[in-house]
Amino acid sequence: MRFVAVVNVLSRVLLLFAVSMLLPWGISFLLGDGARAAFGWSLAATFGAALLLWLATLRERRELQVRDGFLLVALVWTVLPAFATLPLLLSIQGLSFTDAYFEAVSGLTASGATVLAGLDQLPPSINIWRGLMIWLGGMGVIVLAVAILPLLGVGGSQLFKAETPTPMKDTKLTPRIAETAKGLWLVYVGFTLACILAYWLAGMTPIDALMHGFTTMGLGGFSTHDASYAHWNSPAIEAVAIVFMVIAAINFATHFLAWRRVSSRPYRRDPEAKAMLLVLVLSVLLVAGYLFLTGVYDEFGTALRYAAFNVVSLATTTGYANTDYGQWPIFAPLVMLFLSSFVSCSGSTGSGMKMIRAQILFKQIFRELLRTIHPRIYNPVKLSAIPLSNATVFAVLAYLFMYTSSVVVLTLLLTASGLDVISGFSAAVASLNNTGPGLGEVGPATTYANLTDTQTWICSFAMLLGRLELLTLLVVFTPAFWRK
Amino acid sequence: MKVVILGAGQVGGSVAESLVSEQNDITVVDLEPQRLRTLQERLDLRTVIGSGAHPSVLTEAGIEDADLLVAVTQSDETNLVACRIAARMFNVPRRIARVRATDYLANERVLGEEGFDVDLSICPEQVLTDYIVKLVEFPEALQVLDFAGGKVSLVAVRAYSGGPLVGHPLKDLRPHMPRIDARIVAIFRGDRAIVPDGDTVIEAGDEVFCLAASEHIREVMRELRRMDRPVKRVMIGGGGNIGLRLAMALEGRYSVRVIEHDKGRCELLAARLGEALVLNGDTTDEELLEDENIGEMDLFVAVTNDDENNIMSSLLAKRMGARRVVSLINRRSYVDLLQSGQIDIAISPAQATIGTLLAHVRRGDVVAVHSLRRGAAEALEAVVHGDRESCRVTDRRVDELDVPPGTTIGAVVRGDKVIMAHHDTVIRAEDHVIVFVADKKNLPRVERMFQVGVRFM
Repeated sequence: MRFVAVVNVLSRVLLLFAVSMLLPWGISFLLGDGARAAFGWSLAATFGAALLLWLATLRERRELQVRDGFLLVALVWTVLPAFATLPLLLSIQGLSFTDAYFEAVSGLTASGATVLAGLDQLPPSINIWRGLMIWLGGMGVIVLAVAILPLLGVGGSQLFKAETPTPMKDTKLTPRIAETAKGLWLVYVGFTLACILAYWLAGMTPIDALMHGFTTMGLGGFSTHDASYAHWNSPAIEAVAIVFMVIAAINFATHFLAWRRVSSRPYRRDPEAKAMLLVLVLSVLLVAGYLFLTGVYDEFGTALRYAAFNVVSLATTTGYANTDYGQWPIFAPLVMLFLSSFVSCSGSTGSGMKMIRAQILFKQIFRELLRTIHPRIYNPVKLSAIPLSNATVFAVLAYLFMYTSSVVVLTLLLTASGLDVISGFSAAVASLNNTGPGLGEVGPATTYANLTDTQTWICSFAMLLGRLELLTLLVVFTPAFWRK
Repeated sequence: MKVVILGAGQVGGSVAESLVSEQNDITVVDLEPQRLRTLQERLDLRTVIGSGAHPSVLTEAGIEDADLLVAVTQSDETNLVACRIAARMFNVPRRIARVRATDYLANERVLGEEGFDVDLSICPEQVLTDYIVKLVEFPEALQVLDFAGGKVSLVAVRAYSGGPLVGHPLKDLRPHMPRIDARIVAIFRGDRAIVPDGDTVIEAGDEVFCLAASEHIREVMRELRRMDRPVKRVMIGGGGNIGLRLAMALEGRYSVRVIEHDKGRCELLAARLGEALVLNGDTTDEELLEDENIGEMDLFVAVTNDDENNIMSSLLAKRMGARRVVSLINRRSYVDLLQSGQIDIAISPAQATIGTLLAHVRRGDVVAVHSLRRGAAEALEAVVHGDRESCRVTDRRVDELDVPPGTTIGAVVRGDKVIMAHHDTVIRAEDHVIVFVADKKNLPRVERMFQVGVRFM
């Protein structure tokens, strides 16, 4: 294992990350909100640490192998949040490192669970920093690094795959991986600008629009207000949010193809996107109907508005709320939590099991059923008319097992540390799916600040686990990985 | 005429066979000496061993003064390259290629003059598939053939006792169907052809060939025999080229099952097919057929490349309760053995597929040729040119024509209009005339009729 070479690449990713702090620093400078010094010191510290690491490992510059890629990804995703805590720690009084690290992990994994209260009183630049973390982490820091630094060479595609794993064979969009990464980020930036503009036109202040543009496209639920979207109580803003959340939950490779060919064909041919839209529409109607029939809302229109926003927000693993859905009958929030575990498409900024795996599993069920009727049938699982190998299906089955085991183990750990079942289970699921708010003690009306330090660390770990789709992080913990 | 045929497989063999009997100089090229030897033993032709795409081999086969190249090897690429070389290096005036891949057919520039310069591309598998699909659509028919771009159809039906027309003379057909103009062009009783006239009485067991505008085919068939219930479930034995094409053409409209014994092939079938079920096993596996409810099938089609296998599986399927069984049989002797036996329809691929190819070889402007009754009879579509002076057909009434015995002028297509030929119908230039020839011996005379005189050429 060429640990030193990995650290060398890590140092360069960290350099890039330090540069990203220039944005909140600049905003703080312009607004004079008092957080300028915090960002200045954080930037200097991150930059300095990165430079030191880089110089110390300069002699070990080498092409990375597949194994090194996993280690690098795991390191990047654990080390970056540590540096990301600096502005928070320096500008918010009384914030513990545990909570700050949780907040940073929640940001970079695009979860949106927060330990901070009184968001409205925070310096705007700090909120921008929280949003920026979500935005960077949403598409992937390493994807960004591959796109703009010529640092990863051939190994780049391995890193790329380790950070955004999908069950399908990797179909490169362009011959060179750096071009692919660039293309994806370009589309991402384009949609983000459109989203920011739309928010601004719908009535947000420019700073709010910027911050929410970041968190909407990254599908993390940070807001600049404790009340989240209830602060505006504006159907127009909610509509903008819904549209862009759905866009961000579609595979960016599909967006990329559609942009490059200037046609809607890639969307129509993407089975995942179609399934996602169908599931979203049906679940919104289901929840709206349920809320109306149980008398939570007197008018179906109102029920539809709240159901649409909160269902889309949770299902796409964003985590905004425009009302305290923790007060709804438990069926509705449970449905939403369940949706968050599989609705986002692979290659989107959402998390969870991903729609493509759900589809494969679903088709596998029918395949088995058909096989009991026709014992000699030959019917591979097919996605958009392309048959998948059994190996792919087995990998997805293994993933499902890992996923459910993770939910069970995390729930057990959280309840063992003293949380009640609903809070523990929902915190485990919401963290693993990078959704953000759960139910009960960690519901939309409260924050994760109530948790003990142990519980906070468990949730931080769960968020990393979910963002890296289990395998990438878990493989680093296997003995075989470290064997020469 | 000098003809070079590339490929001595099933298609090449039957092309050679039908052309030999029409007095041509034929050279067959193939890589397999064994195949050529068997062909040479049976037919009077020359053979050359080698790759059909190599200029030296083509030269040896006498391509330099050939009038026609028929490239029908297994490989599309060999066929295409041979056509191009024949056109550019040897100036062969007419080139026919067997092309299977739809990719080549999708863009006409591939086969056009700037591409591989192919005059006519044929795909026997597709022709056979179309043939069988017709049988699924018209479960009562023995055969359905299209003429004039699908405007006119010829159907062969076996008359059963109890059918409305059986036992009646043909002139009763008209009052039965006042709105529809249909014409019975031939009746085969046993192996004998009967030239029908108004007083001919249809008997049970007769094979009746009836010509009508395509949109009226269903009603005509209803007159000839009681309608079967429409086909819903189809089982295809064999997932080869024909099995796959057939399944693709039928799935969606019918419930389709395909049985294929090769695992790798199953994989490919499953990838290409959507709703059709792909089953891994032998077509003669009784247990498998039982499991898959063969008794409930409306149609069982055996299309493996093995005659014996097709025959046995069809007989098995019939015994186990399949309503109708169709089998692909290459060997002519088998076809004669089995037709009108337990197997409802035996299809000879060679006969079914070389019609289009033969049309190209004929004198006169022949657009389509279909072999009927295992090649004993033929239906052809010819275009009339010239005028009363230069051509023996143009501007004449049907009863003025000097037609050989057993030959019937069935229908005339003028523009978009379909006219059933009566004794007083006048044939004009540019008409498409559909002629039924009950005895193949008379073919050259029929062709000569449609030729335009020398001074016109």
